[in-house]
Amino acid sequence: MSTTAITPQPTPFGRRLKRFMADRPLIPLIILLVMLVVVLQILRPGIVNERWLANTVKFAIPLAILAGCQTMTMLTGGIDLSVGTVATMSAFIMATQVVHHDPAVAILIALVPAVLIGLVNGIGVGVFRVHPLIMTLGTSLIGTGCLQVYQRTVIASGAKIPPFLAWLGTGLTYGVPNALLLFVPIAVLIVFTLRRTGFGRLLYAVGDNEGAARLSGVRYWQVITALYVISSVLAGITGLLYIGLIKAPSLSLAEPLVLPSVAAAVIGGTSIFGGRGGYTGTIIGALILTVLTTLLTILQMPEGARRILFGLIVLFVTAAYLRIIEDR
Amino acid sequence: MSGRTEGGAVERQQERFWNESNAILTTNPLLDATGVVKTYGAVVALRNASLSVLPGEVHALMGANGAGKSTLVKILTGAIHADAGHILIRGEARDVRSPADARRAGLLPVYQEPSLIPDLDVASNLRLTDTPVEPFCAWVRELGIPDLDIRDTARDIPLAVLRVLDLARALAVEPDVLLLDEMTAALPANLAEKVLEVVRRQGDSGRSVIFISHRFVEISALCDRATVLRDGETVGVVDIEPGVEERIVEMMLGARIEKTRVAARQASQVASPRDSRPRLGVANLRVGTKLNDVSFDLANGEVAGVVALEGQGQDELFAALAGSIRPSGGTIEVDGKPVKFAHPADAIRAGIAYVPGDRTEALTMQRSVRENIALPFSAALRNWGPINMAQERSSVVSAIERLQIDTRAQREVQRLSGGNQQKVTIARWIAAEAQTILCFDPTRGIDVGTKQEIYKLLRELADQGKSVLFYTSELEEVQRVCDRVIVIFGGRVVDVFPVELADEPALMRAAYGLPRGAKEDVGILADIHSSPVAKP
Repeated sequence: MSTTAITPQPTPFGRRLKRFMADRPLIPLIILLVMLVVVLQILRPGIVNERWLANTVKFAIPLAILAGCQTMTMLTGGIDLSVGTVATMSAFIMATQVVHHDPAVAILIALVPAVLIGLVNGIGVGVFRVHPLIMTLGTSLIGTGCLQVYQRTVIASGAKIPPFLAWLGTGLTYGVPNALLLFVPIAVLIVFTLRRTGFGRLLYAVGDNEGAARLSGVRYWQVITALYVISSVLAGITGLLYIGLIKAPSLSLAEPLVLPSVAAAVIGGTSIFGGRGGYTGTIIGALILTVLTTLLTILQMPEGARRILFGLIVLFVTAAYLRIIEDR
Repeated sequence: MSGRTEGGAVERQQERFWNESNAILTTNPLLDATGVVKTYGAVVALRNASLSVLPGEVHALMGANGAGKSTLVKILTGAIHADAGHILIRGEARDVRSPADARRAGLLPVYQEPSLIPDLDVASNLRLTDTPVEPFCAWVRELGIPDLDIRDTARDIPLAVLRVLDLARALAVEPDVLLLDEMTAALPANLAEKVLEVVRRQGDSGRSVIFISHRFVEISALCDRATVLRDGETVGVVDIEPGVEERIVEMMLGARIEKTRVAARQASQVASPRDSRPRLGVANLRVGTKLNDVSFDLANGEVAGVVALEGQGQDELFAALAGSIRPSGGTIEVDGKPVKFAHPADAIRAGIAYVPGDRTEALTMQRSVRENIALPFSAALRNWGPINMAQERSSVVSAIERLQIDTRAQREVQRLSGGNQQKVTIARWIAAEAQTILCFDPTRGIDVGTKQEIYKLLRELADQGKSVLFYTSELEEVQRVCDRVIVIFGGRVVDVFPVELADEPALMRAAYGLPRGAKEDVGILADIHSSPVAKP
């Protein structure tokens, strides 16, 4: 502060640009997203059309909601690795229960394990101070095991997907994915919660400096328990949406989304150490990852090479992005 | 209170005095540091420090908080490097660049914090430092711990024993100069006695000890000479003899005595009216081994100062009042009602806010000034919903204006200057309208201008009927802010001064556990002789 007051000479352009970026961390992300789309269009002219856009958004939405879970938990310095299992569980339970019950009842039944796992995660992390990575990994494994046991009890009755979930997951209205009907309210709610509610403030505060939050009267366990329950419920809802998109219940339905959801949050500028970040960046991060997947798919590389490239790009983008937005 | 050891102690002191006078004539110093300078940026930690230790002498290193004792010790033991100065060991210039160098030169420190690695057993810890096991065990027995199993993991050993083990580990390699930093702090009386006895014998066998202590009683009983530091400078070397305490206190304070007397008169004119019922009543409060028995009242509209040397239990007192730790005994009353705090949230609900000494403990550094100030609002479950942004804004802005926080860099608190950060920690509780504010050394490490603003603010708060408990490590602040001063020593309230009487010498004496008005009487000596450490 004092140096700016003393030195009258103009700040160099590079520095000004950096500061500009640091104040608006979304801009470099949007630039990257546009660049990826342009590259895609150059490699395969004509691919970027209305249909492709709708498809990309459809596949990005489940990833973006799960990445929302990661964003919120990462803000407190945690992580939620059980989102994949929770999403799979709720999807699978709903699909098998809907055979016997009304869809609404089936959905409610399907969300029960989500709430339970969230509660266990929250109490484990918030009260017993288990590291979130271990805690959520543990409940994730337990959940998968339970699901396998459950599968045997329903193997005879089969599964089906209610038509309205298929409509929500895959349908388009005037070329716009119906899934946005679910996603837009969720996204608005998350952004609003983080920016304008007491709970959102506490997530940042607890992640930035738990001791300071405590001295301000914040009870850590309350915040953390509520957080992991919310995260789990969101993951459960994602599962319901995702099965409408994939249309084939399996025991590892949403598992492949877990690590990309973490990557999307990180690319979106949320610090894994807590206290920094937001959901808008995460949404763009999810879009970037989805476009990147498409891009790598059309390159017609062997699967292994594609994964290697995917990993490298994620690492590079994250490192570069942090450099750009951190005004030091 | 028992007079039986009195004669012995005086005799021994005299004897040592003579021995040492002879030593001055005949021997060269074992350790001789002169002109040591150390600066950290603009902060001068040591201006011109010197220390000369003779063979066979127990030498006290004294100075008020921040005088530079720890810096000098760190330089001598190679933990940090001096910017200038000479260190001679046995007449040879030695460049002590690391703790290992110091060790090779025969200089071994025992610090306040236990240095054994908690996850290893004692034997492995000894191996790490190449300490011979047999002498170590012999010293451990000598120091009053007969039943140590060296296969015990350090983590499971009580703190007091760990400190003794540290000492034994140092003694086992037979250092020429042993450096003890507050060795007897946290030791129960029987162990402390053994330790002092061993230290004394160390001197008799021709080795030297540098002894850092806040306790005059120990220093009188143990040391031959004392070097006194003030503001990073060695201001005197004195022989320890009866009545020398006064001179040492004067040296530690220096010219500041005059200054504070003037300030005292000014302060007494602005002393505020007080309520009859205490806002906060503390009775027989105890916390672990650090805080033994503290009772006082804090009135509405009062700023009560707390003065104590480092580690006398003040940290625990504040933490207990803030609900951060649970007291092990005693009662706390707020407005006459007894309270028990299990969490800071309970204390905050009772209107008690805590501003810790370390700003990094109170702030969320990556968040904005606004969020930091408004943080307590959101803490309670019922306030987790949408925030009334307009209302929050107005209360935050008024707190910012009241404290004149420089908001040019308000997007992240970590970009603010230290003084402005400190203001944010206080602004939070002004916005939250806390009735009682516990300020722990709020002016540590901030610039003079901001200090003045904070003094003024605390006074204003008191004038509005709020009550403030104010611990300070800078005695002169007492006159500027407080109505009354509570002095704590060894976990107990040893004296309470009205501000008119609380000049720096008086406070300093009290903080060292010396009785009031000690200049004329022989109270100190009597005190020394009746204490357990003086027993032969």
